[in-house]
Amino acid sequence: MSENVEVKTLTIDGHEVSARRGQTILEVARENNISIPTLCHLDGLTDVGACRLCLVEIAGVSKLLPSCVTTVYEGMEVHTDSERLQKHRRTILELLFTERNHICSVCVANGHCELQSLAQSQGLTHVRLPYRNPDLSVDASHERFTLDHNRCILCTRCVRVCAEIEGAHVWDVMGRGINSLIISDLHENWGASSCTRCGKCVQVCPTGALFDKSKVGSEHPKYPDFLPYLNLMRESQ
Amino acid sequence: MSKLKLATVWLDGCSGCHMSFLDMDERLLELADLVDVVYSPLVDAKDYPEAVDIALIEGAVASVDDEKKIHKIRAHTKTLVAMGDCAITGNVPSMRNPIGPEAILNRAYVENASAQPQIPCVVVPKLLRTVRPIHEFVKVDVFLPGCPPSANTFHAALTALATSAPLDVAALTRFGA
Repeated sequence: MSENVEVKTLTIDGHEVSARRGQTILEVARENNISIPTLCHLDGLTDVGACRLCLVEIAGVSKLLPSCVTTVYEGMEVHTDSERLQKHRRTILELLFTERNHICSVCVANGHCELQSLAQSQGLTHVRLPYRNPDLSVDASHERFTLDHNRCILCTRCVRVCAEIEGAHVWDVMGRGINSLIISDLHENWGASSCTRCGKCVQVCPTGALFDKSKVGSEHPKYPDFLPYLNLMRESQ
Repeated sequence: MSKLKLATVWLDGCSGCHMSFLDMDERLLELADLVDVVYSPLVDAKDYPEAVDIALIEGAVASVDDEKKIHKIRAHTKTLVAMGDCAITGNVPSMRNPIGPEAILNRAYVENASAQPQIPCVVVPKLLRTVRPIHEFVKVDVFLPGCPPSANTFHAALTALATSAPLDVAALTRFGA
């Protein structure tokens, strides 16, 4: 079959599925009700393949590839849930838990946190690696919202939603590797930054790192599903 | 069949796990048919027994005393259960880790004390530099996360352990539950 046909046929976990050219493995999997865990991916934002939770195995490829940024090809054979992948996913989650100070019991996102629910769905009952317990700050200078670096997993959803959807690009990442930090403007206090106060970053944050000051206890569900609708409405204009 | 020997231990935690354990209410009677509580803050036994079948450990390892205890418990226990988030992750007690014990003790006993400010050094055990989960010190057989794990979680897990039935912990509870 030619490489130029628009419809591609592939198998995901043994199921034969069809896809349009240019679609990612993740998109096709979800269209076919095959779940692949994700953290940095969010419908409506550009994918960056940062969290590595959506890694999949592809027959004939020795490396594991992130399904959110890997496009399909004809005859592709994808496996999303092997023992090897499960092991890697659990280890990624363990690394995230050790990297900062995630104390679920006292977190405003307790019960509404994607990191917490992923730990449960991936069968993680403890973390085998030593906790780093870094000394990190909390930025409460904004009148409506708070940024708690202790709970940040550096997924950059806030950076992307602010730049791509709100068009303000207040958030960015400073430093490298384990010393990376989300900053507003050129590392100003959030309250003194060029923030438009739209709150999109708070809604897309998968953990309790960004939260609304008016929420108390652990009553802080997030609603990131406005994004695809917003994009759709804008496209139709 | 003779009853299993059950111990419960309280290290650096708030006792909330023990309270939740008691929340099993009338199901405790059902459990009492399967186990004898041989050591616990809830009973009057001073020394950890020689041979315990199941030990539920609440709390993290935060002091030299906790560290000594957990090694002794491990040596005399068949199935060691890390009960609740403090035992498993360090949880709230571990929030002092980035700050250090000196600053914390100073704040509590010197800066905020009006009469005879002094850091306690007799009777109370010395704090470790950091609060750590128990599996960093000894081998743990079962992890039961939650803050606290619910009474239903305790009931399902203990019944499974006492009857050697399969136990899917992630289906019962999670961190912060």
